[in-house]
Amino acid sequence: MAATAPERPSDVPSAPARAVVAGSGLLRGGWTRMLGLAVAVALLVAVTLGSVLLGTLPVGLSDVVGALTGPPDSDVERAVRYIRIPRTATGLLAGTALGVAGAVMQGLTRNPLAGPGVLGVNAGAALAVVLAMVGLGITTAAGYVWFAFAGAAVAAVFVYLLGSLGLGGATPVKLALAGSAFTALLGAITTMITLRDASTMDDFRYWVVGSLTRSDGEALTAVAPLIAVGVVVAAGLTRALNALALGDDLARSLGTRLWIDRTVGALAVVLLAGGATAIAGPIGFIGLVVPHVARMVAGPDYRWVLAWTAVLAPTLLLVADVLGRVLVRPEQLQVGIITGLAGAPFFLYLVRNRKVVGT
Amino acid sequence: MSSLVRRGPTPDMLLLDPRGVPVSFRLSRSAVLLTVVAAMAAVAVATASLTLGVYPISVSDAIGIVGGGGSLIERDVVLGDRLPRALTGLGVGAAFALSGAILQRIAANPLVSPDVIGINSGAAMGALTVLLVVGGGGLQLVTGALAGALLAAVMIVLIAYRRGLHGFRLVLVGIGVAAMLSSAISYLLTRSDIHRAMSAAAWLTGSLANRSSLHVTIIALALAVTVPALVVGSRHLRLLELGDDLTRTLTGAGQGRKVALLLLAVVLAAMATAAAGPIGFVALVAPQITRRLLAERQVGLAPSAAVGALLVVGADLAGRLIFAPSEMPVGVLTAILGAPALLYLLARAHRIGAAG
Repeated sequence: MAATAPERPSDVPSAPARAVVAGSGLLRGGWTRMLGLAVAVALLVAVTLGSVLLGTLPVGLSDVVGALTGPPDSDVERAVRYIRIPRTATGLLAGTALGVAGAVMQGLTRNPLAGPGVLGVNAGAALAVVLAMVGLGITTAAGYVWFAFAGAAVAAVFVYLLGSLGLGGATPVKLALAGSAFTALLGAITTMITLRDASTMDDFRYWVVGSLTRSDGEALTAVAPLIAVGVVVAAGLTRALNALALGDDLARSLGTRLWIDRTVGALAVVLLAGGATAIAGPIGFIGLVVPHVARMVAGPDYRWVLAWTAVLAPTLLLVADVLGRVLVRPEQLQVGIITGLAGAPFFLYLVRNRKVVGT
Repeated sequence: MSSLVRRGPTPDMLLLDPRGVPVSFRLSRSAVLLTVVAAMAAVAVATASLTLGVYPISVSDAIGIVGGGGSLIERDVVLGDRLPRALTGLGVGAAFALSGAILQRIAANPLVSPDVIGINSGAAMGALTVLLVVGGGGLQLVTGALAGALLAAVMIVLIAYRRGLHGFRLVLVGIGVAAMLSSAISYLLTRSDIHRAMSAAAWLTGSLANRSSLHVTIIALALAVTVPALVVGSRHLRLLELGDDLTRTLTGAGQGRKVALLLLAVVLAAMATAAAGPIGFVALVAPQITRRLLAERQVGLAPSAAVGALLVVGADLAGRLIFAPSEMPVGVLTAILGAPALLYLLARAHRIGAAG
């Protein structure tokens, strides 16, 4: 899309059109971007390895090989197999899912403030988890997984239907506003329950921070296919997202079937964000911010934005998690806290020093 | 038609042109109507909130008590508790709504509100530092919230200002700062004991319980300082949505007015948060409800303020009555009342303009 973008017209272009025409990232040209992406993937692999090796318990490469190849026969190998590897896998899955979901959501709503949470996914998951705590007395992390996913899915479907009512169907502004309104409503109900019940509040305040340590292998293998399908669907949508960035009218005249693309996109967001919230709790910042970083690096073409987001988001999440383990040894900081505290200054630096590329 | 108000160019428009003053205003009939109706409803709800509760008082008694009558206990209930609460609610609602209306115009984005761009998180961070680390209350809490909000705002503007203040960059910087601060808040919450965490969580929801003349003074001061400036500056708000280039061409004005308007929005949100905690959603929903009711692309500051005041006093009264004898913080109820209203208006939108 970027290669065939028209020259800036002499009259004043509309805001979204200007964003596509004038926008180009740090890396220009297909080969530079490809090379950059290869470096980013290498970095992700290194970070993944680091996430398995680093922490309170020193782990060597031989321990990892031992844990992967046969039944674990030392404490270290057991720690690798049942703690480090699920934790790293959670980071990879949740990071990719949240990042891609955020990029799709920003494309669908043409709003830089839209993260995966805008469809009500986090709020729905949080309410479902609180209801599971209060109503069914479930307190184990693994027990929350399906409640969280169901809550996220129901909330997203509801928001989408609400946003589609009235003239014009699910227009970006209506979708974004319906999502924020519904999110606020669900959040209020959640607060209402937790404020009246100190023990639920005690469990909930840890769930709501977001952490990579709560899912076991079973939960991960159940959620991974959902996230994989979500990524594939999102990858198929990139051309439609590029067209949508030009505005509804132009997208329609380019042959985009708006309501089909929006519905498919919303479905992908439900799978991705719902899956991520189910295994890691609500981690808001990654999905909101990484697509912007990707845009600053690779320009506004959604094919590149999605690819870069899918690599950068898990990298950032795993780095944050490792920092949380290493910084306050022997205690740990939840990854949701670190992504905000360490990721935000980096993001602010980028926003200040790079040309901001619009959605 | 008196000579003060003249017919405007369209049937819905009125021209307010006071003699001897070199300014005139265009008013829309529907906006004036909405402002008057919402403001009267807000005052009515506030009056009702003086009489209703665990200790019921009749309307005439309540008015008598405010005028100086009543027994000691009645004076304590009405003047010591319910009146400051109602006044703070009215002021805070109006202030949040004005702040949201200005910010949504500056950023040309309906999702922007002081909570989104980190001003509320700044206030919350300041207040929680006082609450959880220092262990203070009352005036210290208010000072902490105010300092936190202003600090966050200064940080946002300093980082975002680069050869002018662009709406898009401002929003991105805002969400970055908000994310950083809310992480710090989560950290403080998980590190403190459950009782302090509970009281902090209640403050974070926004509450009008136990207000005193201190809180009324803060919010009255905020409105007294900002509203006159807004009356002058509001005409510039409409232009801002056209973009920086067109604004400069049409008015010759640079970034100064935009920064001034932003500052007004920040002061309003900061003082309101200091007075009642970060009551969520009012700043986002009140301007949007107004915009959809008027179904016109007008600034609508006065109607937004009236709708915001109505929403907050209504939510506070509901939180007090439904959950009596205990009560639910107002911040919970603003979303429960405001969200369905906005969703209904969105679903009902039958005109292109009304759908936004």
